[in-house]
Amino acid sequence: MGNEYLLSMSNITKQFPGVRALDDVHLNVRKGTVHGLMGENGAGKSTLMKCLIGIYIPDSGTINFKGEELHILNTNFALSKGISMIHQELSPIPHMTVAENIFLGRETRTWYGLVDMKKMNRKTSELLDHLGIKLDPTKKMVDLSIANTQLVEIAKAISFDSDLIVMDEPTSAITESEVEGLYKIIQSLRDQGRSIIYITHKMDEVFRITDEVTVFRDGKFISTDPTSALTRNMLINKMVGRELTDMFHKESVEIGEIVLEVRNLSGHKFKDVSFEVRRGEIFGVAGLMGAGRTELLEGVFGVKKPHSGEVLIEGKKVEIKSPADAINKGLALLTEDRKLTGLYINAMVRDNMSIANMKQYMRGPFVNFRKIDADCERMRDQLRIRTPSLKQVIKYLSGGNQQKVLISRWLLTEPNILILDEPTRGIDVGAKAEIYRLMTELTRQGKTIIMISSELPEILGMSDRIMVMHEGDKIGELTRAEATQEKILHLATGMSLATA
Amino acid sequence: MNEVKVESAKEAAAKSGPQKATLDAFVRKNGIFFIFLGMFIIASFLSPAFLTKINLINIVRQMCVIGVIALGVTGVIVSAGIDLSSGSLVGIVCVVAASFAQIPGGSRVLYPQFAGSPLILSIVTGCFVGILAGFTNGFLVAKMKVPPFIVTLGMFLAARGAAMLYTQGRPLSNLSDAYNFIGQGDIWGLPIPILILIVMALITHILYSRTKFGKYIYAIGGNEQAAHVSGINVTKFKMLIYIYAGFCSSLAGIIVSSRIGSGQPGLGVSYEFDAITAAVIGGASLTSGGIGTIPGTIIGALIIGVVNNTLDLTNVSAYWQQIIRGMIIVGAVILDQQKNKGNK
Repeated sequence: MGNEYLLSMSNITKQFPGVRALDDVHLNVRKGTVHGLMGENGAGKSTLMKCLIGIYIPDSGTINFKGEELHILNTNFALSKGISMIHQELSPIPHMTVAENIFLGRETRTWYGLVDMKKMNRKTSELLDHLGIKLDPTKKMVDLSIANTQLVEIAKAISFDSDLIVMDEPTSAITESEVEGLYKIIQSLRDQGRSIIYITHKMDEVFRITDEVTVFRDGKFISTDPTSALTRNMLINKMVGRELTDMFHKESVEIGEIVLEVRNLSGHKFKDVSFEVRRGEIFGVAGLMGAGRTELLEGVFGVKKPHSGEVLIEGKKVEIKSPADAINKGLALLTEDRKLTGLYINAMVRDNMSIANMKQYMRGPFVNFRKIDADCERMRDQLRIRTPSLKQVIKYLSGGNQQKVLISRWLLTEPNILILDEPTRGIDVGAKAEIYRLMTELTRQGKTIIMISSELPEILGMSDRIMVMHEGDKIGELTRAEATQEKILHLATGMSLATA
Repeated sequence: MNEVKVESAKEAAAKSGPQKATLDAFVRKNGIFFIFLGMFIIASFLSPAFLTKINLINIVRQMCVIGVIALGVTGVIVSAGIDLSSGSLVGIVCVVAASFAQIPGGSRVLYPQFAGSPLILSIVTGCFVGILAGFTNGFLVAKMKVPPFIVTLGMFLAARGAAMLYTQGRPLSNLSDAYNFIGQGDIWGLPIPILILIVMALITHILYSRTKFGKYIYAIGGNEQAAHVSGINVTKFKMLIYIYAGFCSSLAGIIVSSRIGSGQPGLGVSYEFDAITAAVIGGASLTSGGIGTIPGTIIGALIIGVVNNTLDLTNVSAYWQQIIRGMIIVGAVILDQQKNKGNK
């Protein structure tokens, strides 16, 4: 491990309308190390990285890289200096192939000047083979799963042969075995003397692969320590600035009668699924990506009409043809993809919050803004949403706060049954704990929660009962008492419990 | 036995899908070609005059102008933009080019100082006007970030006005034989406009599918932010595609005016919509960029040609023809959406 700083960013400040995203922060990365960058959402990690690779230009501060002071004005310049990044939120170009995406912006060309697809495909194959990724370079990105899309992003960042690679939550969508593969890649990159800045929310990852960890909080630098000198609790304390004693705040709530029953429901990507949920219950839905969990609950909610089967609410058969029907019947659905199906990204917090409940805010033909403001203000307090004002445009809020706004949106419609699809994806620990606490609070009020989640600790920590799905089938159901991580994984991968 | 097979195939559809999927993909990918083939066959039954050599050449000759415009428009649509100004550019280009092609000494020569210029000057000035207009579109879209619909709507009005102003609303007739040869002559029995279309289609196809420029406009249309982060100069390539569209429109303007032997400021009205229709029928997507091909667009233009021709041959009134054309473009977009639904 060298002692030289490969990168040092000093006194970086970046201001956005209404928010000081970075306030005089530092980051020093040694050569040949994996440097963890941690902090809650909105702490400024991504903003700092965007300053590093030229997407944002910092208002002040200096960047030293390989002993040279750089003024990074665009990504091309950063790439040419040897800095590349795996973007967490940037989707690729959908109708182009894997090879075209990887070589975007630096296509190989034939001697007569045309793009040399053959060579690009061959080089992509070599690269993917080297990384142990099984993928056809001529496949279009739209046809890839989320996991494979992420693997392509990783391959792309590595293909630049950079001295410093920034990885922004690279494992958020890939499977366990692929994560192992990535760790191997990271280790070999480190052995070659390259440095990696690794942004993650997952504690296990930090302790597994990083050498040093820097923590940010609310746009400020908190500390840099060798990983070996840290414990889990110390790290969490640094990130949230307070003790988190009880991550999964679960109270036993009296469980009442059946409120929702689904019988033999079949549709696109799920078949013949039956289950029922009771008042006050948190019903977990587990399974691997692509198991049909989201599609099933979207079917119940009327997003896409199921092909066959029936849905009963409080014992009465109902026909839900559209989300509007579902909302009228007291259902709410927090969707999986915040950006794509949740937020009006350019609208104010207030409008994002009140949109599903507009009917309640009409006074004749006019909108009663006073009532909206009162309700939104209440929600903001109750859920501790951090925003300078209800009139702030929501895109400037952190992921965790955006998620809280979306939950508020549904709470305002006063639903009896909340379907939460990956409610804590991409959210920091502090916000997660708050959302868990809120879920418990809601069940105490007699509401029912159906939670789809890919995070096993969350499923195990919060659910009263757990349904496991595999390739569109309901493959098993476990009570809170009998559920373990191993049992769920067994079912989710299609094995029966007998072999467990 | 056949029935048993169908049943089991249905049963197994979920599991053993690859063969079905590739056939599906093949039909989906080349669907527009099959539609064209079908229309062609139906048309030959509807009218005995359809399958004659003269008529077929006529169809292609008529679609040439739209085809050439559509080559550029396809690129603009691929980059997630739109170009409404093509028809008006045809108008301004054809009067400027024609003013240099006038035979000197006639009674109604409009710009005597330009009359009698060599042919090349007509072509160069015509193309220059188209490229200048394309540059203006591109500059406003890429640099000033004005939405393409607004920019090209403005150009649609302004260029038509400029054409009227340039000639005081009068046509420029009595053009040189050399100029008229572009639209009326042929080489080895092939009308020159068709030749221009073929050559331009080939060049554009290579440009879009095999060059860096082409890759970048697909990238920009598919995901502009990702393209930017990959180090692509989005502004530059966006400007270039509007310039290329302007260039294609100017070629169309020269073809039209030389074919009728007259430069008229009112030429090219609604050509932009025919060109957009051709691109959309051919698979370019107005709802999401990054999709569209030149072979598709050419087939799209041919489909419009065959439909128009068949309606003419079967004596359908001009009013009905417009209604039918309106339905075709909406139908094409519905088809496109259905197609992309499966992709999600």
